[in-house]
Amino acid sequence: MPDILKIENLHVAVAGKPILKGVDLEIRRGQTHALMGPNGSGKSTLGLAIMGHPGYEATAGGITLNGDELLDMEADERARRGIFMAFQRPLSIPGVKMSDFLRHATTNVRNPDRKEGEELIPMREFRKELKAKMGRLQMDTEFARRYVNDGFSGGEMKRAEILQLAMLQPKFAILDETDSGLDADAVRLASQSIAEIGREKMGLLIITHHDKLLEHNPPDFAHVMLGGRIVETGGTELAEELHSQGYERIREKYPEADADNQQMVAKDAVTNM
Amino acid sequence: MATDIANLKSTDVVSALNKYDFRTSSTAVFKSRKGLDAEIVNQISDIKDEPDWMREFRLNSLKIFESKPLPEWGGDIHIDFQDVYYYLKPTESQGKTWDDVPQEIKDTFDKLGIPEAEKKYLAGVKAQFESEVVYGSLKEELGKQGVIFSDTDTAVREYPDLLREYFATIIPPYDNKLAALNSAVWSGGSFIYVPPGVTIEYPLQAYFRINAENMGQFERTLIICDEGSQVQYVEGCTAPMYSSESLHSAVVEVVVKKNARCRYTTIQNWANNIYNLVTKRAVAYQDATMEWVDGNLGSKLTMKYPAVYMMEPGARGEILSIAFSSAGQHQDAGAKLVHCAPDTTGQIISKSISKNGGRSSYRGLVKVEKGARNAKCNVVCDALILDPQSRSDTYPYIEIADQDVSIGHEASVSRIGEEQLFYLMSRGLSESEASTMIVNGFIEPLVKELPMEYAVEMNRLIQLQMEGSVG
Repeated sequence: MPDILKIENLHVAVAGKPILKGVDLEIRRGQTHALMGPNGSGKSTLGLAIMGHPGYEATAGGITLNGDELLDMEADERARRGIFMAFQRPLSIPGVKMSDFLRHATTNVRNPDRKEGEELIPMREFRKELKAKMGRLQMDTEFARRYVNDGFSGGEMKRAEILQLAMLQPKFAILDETDSGLDADAVRLASQSIAEIGREKMGLLIITHHDKLLEHNPPDFAHVMLGGRIVETGGTELAEELHSQGYERIREKYPEADADNQQMVAKDAVTNM
Repeated sequence: MATDIANLKSTDVVSALNKYDFRTSSTAVFKSRKGLDAEIVNQISDIKDEPDWMREFRLNSLKIFESKPLPEWGGDIHIDFQDVYYYLKPTESQGKTWDDVPQEIKDTFDKLGIPEAEKKYLAGVKAQFESEVVYGSLKEELGKQGVIFSDTDTAVREYPDLLREYFATIIPPYDNKLAALNSAVWSGGSFIYVPPGVTIEYPLQAYFRINAENMGQFERTLIICDEGSQVQYVEGCTAPMYSSESLHSAVVEVVVKKNARCRYTTIQNWANNIYNLVTKRAVAYQDATMEWVDGNLGSKLTMKYPAVYMMEPGARGEILSIAFSSAGQHQDAGAKLVHCAPDTTGQIISKSISKNGGRSSYRGLVKVEKGARNAKCNVVCDALILDPQSRSDTYPYIEIADQDVSIGHEASVSRIGEEQLFYLMSRGLSESEASTMIVNGFIEPLVKELPMEYAVEMNRLIQLQMEGSVG
């Protein structure tokens, strides 16, 4: 039986404002899902809710991994169970070296019962693996000595996220616009790397506006989000349609969700002022 | 990987936890009665068999102490100066080898890891227990080069001329009430003389241990770096936890002559019921460099502002200060740079962390005297606050009497961000691991300046302070 990540009737609010309004989604390990939709439709919110961001409160519904409720777990517990998210805007942690951070993370994910202060994976073994994986991503070894995302360019941040994906080998990975801010060559490299690392090994949920990231990761399923719910699900052809023709058809077909979406975008504009 | 916190194991943390809070049942050779008056001061002078000038210096200092008020700024000092033991002599004489040191006291320093560190990476050691230095060593070749590393009492007897030339010239007893107190009852501390052109490659270390309840420790240190010499001095301090409060009040004077360089590093981890009220000051002459690296993790209240007076052109003063305050602690720490000559350069970097209701204050003075043209000084203070109960304050004072100077001041206060915590936790780090990592990252720019062994020690202490801070 493959691992199953199941989202049922999920409602999520941020600072009291409802964002997700009943999302259903089932991902099996080995499948690739594309999640698309206009700005403000709730794609990142779904990702952050699955990962366990404390600011994203599930008001109804559930998220289970092989039947275990993830909503009862902190983010670190979810990570140790095999959930991963590559963030759109990863945080910088000044003074903390990538290699230290990754060694802790890798150890905890591989030994989920490890308590703070217990042994880390052996340095030599870890370095060897890290170096090999950085090589594959065309990253300089000096990168491991830099502080986590501190002063990284947009491209370096995204590459660092993919490196973490490669090291942590999760069961399920949510990739939130891992292509944004990258030039064409960098997107191609990202797309190839994700395919090599995760395709058919993990359950992938790829959030993207563009088709380049899907080039090497043709989705088994494509979902369209609008106004906090998934309004349509199809295959590669749906992804292709949305890339070439945009969301006009979807907006017209689901006026109620579209109205919600426009309201959410307007609220965002106010709070971002 | 000097500062690699990944190298710390839980066993280290447990041993570090037990490491400081233990008491040794050692019998004192002599213990003065509680309280402070001329009789006690005379008694100390008698036991030490001091020359008259020192006895007079002490008695005069006692009068100054009695006439001066406590500072009205800083922290709340509630000390009953009559409820303190001012002098406790733990042994008859100072050991030249650890075998000469009474077993119970030797055990104490064994537990603190001093003899082991000495073997591995130190050029010399002084171990002070209560009021006296009970063990002292210096690598033989340094002695042959003319380096002196003794306790200050020995220096009064054996190097009277050299000592008297500088003693209390940088911090006179009337400087402040606590300097006067130290001047009256001082005992122990290090006396270091580095001859011209001599570089001491490995650090000299002093370790100060208070063991008895209500014991006051008043060591007095004097370091003289002659022209073109270099030395690194490191001090550590710990005490077991008692229900009542104790007092540690040191005076440290440093003279850095032309082209010389001195780095003085403190890792202070007193028990949380100790008032740590210390005066530290250095004078730096032409093209000389003085660096203070000051780590304050323990104590109930610390008031300490290491100072560098840049006396001649080209002198340089650098102060790195780390303060960590937790429940019931107030670290009022900072720095003082005084530019008395042209072309002098100063830098202050201060990092403070407050958690569980702890309070950290940065208090600093940058002063440029008239005629100190082209003085440059930069001050950076960053504070990290871990929870809403904790507090951080910044009191920067700048006094400039010359025009052609460049002074910079930056200050930042940040709270540990929910977003940073979430980012690390989404990679499998527990909340407490994630906070510790963020805090270690915050002080990393300072810790990487420490010699490797001390950097590891500093990270270990931070980890200890962080234990149980969340969740």
